[in-house]
Amino acid sequence: MSVNWDLVWSSLGPLIGGAIKGTIPLTLASFVLGLILALIVALMRLSRNVILAAVGRFYVSVIRGTPLLVQLFVIFYGLPTIGIKLDPWPSAIIAFSLNVGGYAAEVIRAAILSVPKGQWEAAHTIGMSRGQALLRIILPQAARVSVPPLSNTFISLVKDTSLASLILVTELFRQAQQVAAFSQEFMALYLEAAAVYWVICLVLSSAQSQLEKRLDRYVAH
Amino acid sequence: MSPTDEAPVLKVRGLTKSFGSNAVLRGIDLDVPKGKVVALIGPSGSGKTTVLRCLNGLEMPDGGTVALGGNGTGELRLDFGGKVSRKEIFALRDRSAMVFQHYNLFPHMTVLQNVTEGPIKVQKRPRTQAVEEAERLLARVGLLEKKDAYPFELSGGQQQRVGIVRALALRPQLLLFDEPTSALDPELVGDVLGVIKELAEEGWTMVIVTHELGFARQMADEVIFMDDGVVVERGPASEVLRQPQQERTQQFLQRLLHDF
Ligand SMILES: Nc1ncnc2c1ncn2[C@@H]1O[C@H](COP(=O)(O)OP(=O)(O)O)[C@@H](O)[C@H]1O
Ligand SMILES: [Mg+2]
Repeated sequence: MSVNWDLVWSSLGPLIGGAIKGTIPLTLASFVLGLILALIVALMRLSRNVILAAVGRFYVSVIRGTPLLVQLFVIFYGLPTIGIKLDPWPSAIIAFSLNVGGYAAEVIRAAILSVPKGQWEAAHTIGMSRGQALLRIILPQAARVSVPPLSNTFISLVKDTSLASLILVTELFRQAQQVAAFSQEFMALYLEAAAVYWVICLVLSSAQSQLEKRLDRYVAH
Repeated sequence: MSPTDEAPVLKVRGLTKSFGSNAVLRGIDLDVPKGKVVALIGPSGSGKTTVLRCLNGLEMPDGGTVALGGNGTGELRLDFGGKVSRKEIFALRDRSAMVFQHYNLFPHMTVLQNVTEGPIKVQKRPRTQAVEEAERLLARVGLLEKKDAYPFELSGGQQQRVGIVRALALRPQLLLFDEPTSALDPELVGDVLGVIKELAEEGWTMVIVTHELGFARQMADEVIFMDDGVVVERGPASEVLRQPQQERTQQFLQRLLHDF
């Protein structure tokens, strides 16, 4: 097998372009929205209101119990049949946000529960309400505990966004598909795409371990 | 001594609390006059911590009354036989402050932030004034140079002194200590007891749960022996600790002396 290095070299631009204009913004937008959703769902699941808690539990169960690709297709191809027609980008962002929301909700819930009960009590003894205690005392500590698992969610998301190519979002993998179809160099292009994903994830992993080192010491053990 | 000095800051009558079918407090009465120190002793599981938690609004009693007053601010009276509002619980928390067995400092905040969090964020006092007061209090317990340190950088004894300063900074009428030295290495106990002794001399009103009998004898104006959710014996430290009248008290003290 001979590798067409010229093609590999010349397609690097479009692939990285796909990462910068597609994969990365899609990941960031979905992750941020997903985290906000996850925090809300985590608080619902921890709330004393049984209805809120049940709704939260149901949502998490559905998201975790169904394939991401199916969720994506339901939103992009399914919703139009009931009159809701969304473009590829909003569809992708909604699907990935909902997905991150389900997984990260469990991470955040576990992190909140991992903060020792004594922290709530200390917050109350200095006069804080439940809301104040949550915002100023509990969540900052839960955030630190959540960094490793949420980093994993984030890194998975980078790779999962390749599914968006199936609903025609022009991101890294779709760029690779297009060049491959045109040149018939499938092996070279898909390995090249794999390499770009890998580099992105390596950078993120090293950022993750830096962050963890810095945060670990402020956690109550 | 003038009569107003003797008027109780804290007056508890018939305090009861159950967890499920477990009746943990079965009618506790407690009077603490202004500036006095009451030591609460008793075997593990007798309900000592629960008493303190009820007095700090961390636990909702099932019945009884708690009155906290003095300092010309008017008396706060909570009747747990009826409905007690959130507002009343917050008022109770505002007037009392707890020092925990395991310090429970906020690990993500510096020493200074730990101390000023309540005054600034909850009591809404001006920042500069709260910081000044916090620094003065930290200096008093010998920890001013640690004000920018995080809790994990401190020894247990230092952490507990910060815990005490955090409580003092709230300017409570009543200080509650739950075995403040029992989590400490023996060589660090003295520092913390020294600070508490100074506070007693300054006239702070305190309820202290402790197993340090020597300390209780020296410090406490009254010693209360609890067992199984009731007060078994109470009186001046010298009497309760030296010549206990009740058999259960005698047995408890004997066992405690044996263990050390
Ligand atoms: N939150 C709780 N839920 C259920 N039982 C509790 C709770 N807190 C305390 N208890 C029970 O109440 C009893 C008294 O506990 P505690 O007040 O901590 O005693 P002490 O401080 O004297 O050791 C114990 O039997 C304990 O198991
Ligand atoms: Mg206890």
